[in-house]
Amino acid sequence: MNIQDPKLSARTGSIDMAHGGGGRATAELITDLFQHHLNNPILNQGNDAALLPPAAGRLVMSTDGHVISPIFFPGGDIGSLAVHGTLNDVAMAGAKPLYLTAGFILEEGFPLADLEQIVISMARAAEAAGVPIVTGDTKVVEKGKGDGVFITTTGLGVVPDGVHVSAARAKPGQAILLSGSLGDHGVAILSRRENLEFETEIRSDSAALHTLVADMISAAPGIAVLRDPTRGGLAATLNEIARTAKVGIHLEENAIPVKPDVRAACELLGLDPLYVANEGKLVCFCEPGDADAVLSAIQAHPLGRDAALIGTVIEDDAHLVEMETEIGGVRVVDWLAGEQLPRIC
Amino acid sequence: MKYVSEFRDKDLAKSVSAAIRREADPGRTYNFMEFCGGHTHAIFRYGVQDLMPDNVAYMHGPGCPVCVLPVRRLDDAVEIAERHNAILCTYGDMMRVPGTKQRSLIRAKADGADIRMVYSTLDALKISRDNPDREVVFFAIGFETTTPPTAVAIKQAQKEDLSNFSVFCNHVLTPPAIAHILQSPDVQDLGTVEIDGFLGPSHVSSVIGSKPYEPAAEIFGKPVVIAGFEPLDVMQSTLMLIRQINEGRFEVENEYTRGVTREGNLKAQALVEEVFDTRDAFEWRGLGTVAKSALKIREAFAAFDAEQRFEISPKQSREVKSCECPAILRGVKKPTDCKLFGKVCTPDTPMGSCMVSSEGACAAYWTYGRFRTKSARPQREAAA
Repeated sequence: MNIQDPKLSARTGSIDMAHGGGGRATAELITDLFQHHLNNPILNQGNDAALLPPAAGRLVMSTDGHVISPIFFPGGDIGSLAVHGTLNDVAMAGAKPLYLTAGFILEEGFPLADLEQIVISMARAAEAAGVPIVTGDTKVVEKGKGDGVFITTTGLGVVPDGVHVSAARAKPGQAILLSGSLGDHGVAILSRRENLEFETEIRSDSAALHTLVADMISAAPGIAVLRDPTRGGLAATLNEIARTAKVGIHLEENAIPVKPDVRAACELLGLDPLYVANEGKLVCFCEPGDADAVLSAIQAHPLGRDAALIGTVIEDDAHLVEMETEIGGVRVVDWLAGEQLPRIC
Repeated sequence: MKYVSEFRDKDLAKSVSAAIRREADPGRTYNFMEFCGGHTHAIFRYGVQDLMPDNVAYMHGPGCPVCVLPVRRLDDAVEIAERHNAILCTYGDMMRVPGTKQRSLIRAKADGADIRMVYSTLDALKISRDNPDREVVFFAIGFETTTPPTAVAIKQAQKEDLSNFSVFCNHVLTPPAIAHILQSPDVQDLGTVEIDGFLGPSHVSSVIGSKPYEPAAEIFGKPVVIAGFEPLDVMQSTLMLIRQINEGRFEVENEYTRGVTREGNLKAQALVEEVFDTRDAFEWRGLGTVAKSALKIREAFAAFDAEQRFEISPKQSREVKSCECPAILRGVKKPTDCKLFGKVCTPDTPMGSCMVSSEGACAAYWTYGRFRTKSARPQREAAA
């Protein structure tokens, strides 16, 4: 496609139904906005499907829809989040991410300037991660049938030989490591919610974790479990693992890093940081003998400076996550009931 | 976090725990009712019971605003939203409480009623301003802590002439409820509930002061200690209650001196007095009808009283049969005594109000798993 006379005005224009109609307006949107910013040789093939070279190893694939509100928040936006979220899902298999795809659902009336800002943000995040967005899709829905923009991304990656990361491999005795402080993303989003706006320095921790994972795997290829505690927070992630692997988990509350601002906001809003979403943190289960090496590897990475050993895997027929509290009592850390915060990612 | 983490310090907790073990008379038991759901939550959230000797136990009182609201008032709120097509503004806690036939506000919302969750009365006022052609009703619940903000909203609405704004008032009072529990047959005749003393509410008392509890302490001979909501507050207050009992005293003492005075917040009290009048009687879930235990909006502000503004039809409201919330709220039963608990009734599928609010005893039992750790694991060794 070669549009000679681009009519797209990113400054003043907004999405209308024609942009999804498949005609000239659609083509303009694709070339002038998406292709222009996401520019890479595979995307530029310009076919309906991206043709990829053969991959060396076992493939992993993951997909994730992003509906976050607000779409721009301290520390990121729906675009960077859509890239990081899916890269992280691929990385949590111990994989090196290779390619991304992106599908956009746009609501009629959505400002093109905002869309461009989001696409630029995706392009930057993808470039920083070294993972190109190789194909995509755009649909437009009538006003009132969406909420600005929804983005679904899919990621494809390859797992190095000898790496077998899976929740089912959690075993009693293993050490549980957390790569940094909890709750930054959820609190940053909340601070910008209508009716709730409050002043805070907290920024979302949204980040791509695959280089951190690569460092950890070179330190200890036998890492058993990797997970990024997003929706539902650390509590949901650990309960999922305990249930899958049929083990119990013991945590030390005093060992779990939470930034003072995040803790203060959680106190004020009645939230528990264990249940608040993260977008740039991971938990890792490894053999106790590997714990020091893995912890050092995490702490040596810019995204893992505050990493800590937070607990151990124990035997428990009830598959509970329990925690020694700050004052030295014991409580169960249950699944979240209902929804603590809607549309957080 | 300054001024909070100090009250969660592990070493301090150990030393208070040691003092309690040292001073509690092994020849007797100490049963304390924490009136307030905030304390119930703190006790479970931090595992305070683990740091107590076996003869010191907590009993969970009715101080959870969501829990004590009778089903009929919830059904009335649903009616206001559905039949009168009003925008009903509510605190989030209330959304999932099941009404008659399991109909909650969240269910009514899904069916098309305009029910909005707000974080403060100011949000409700804003919704009124933004929707001048709609009736906007604030579903006011809570003890003395949440009453002043409702009074402020009513006065502000009057000042702004917000003629579409009204309040469905369900504010209740703490001291009459404490007296009611102490007078009840459970305590007086049947002996089904043994209360040796009360952990008094802290936030409520920051408004009303510690003075209003003095008659109950005096008449019934039960010590009351106003306790902060942090775990060390609860532990220190427990020690103060034990000391009073050991010394044969029954006074109102104040552990939460950083927030509560004997007289309370006089400005807030005056504001509440201006806007609200005491009801002759009000129904509480669990406690039944309690005289002089709730507030209504004064005639001078009748224009903002949803009960006067809307015709609310009489109804046969009904709780789920065999839900033990009422007995649990009186301290007669524990959540684990209820046959619905943890089977059909969980925080995901609540059958009664005590499983909904984070301040409810059932939700605390379930979420923090006291019953699970206790039954499944050996008792932890003494902390000190």
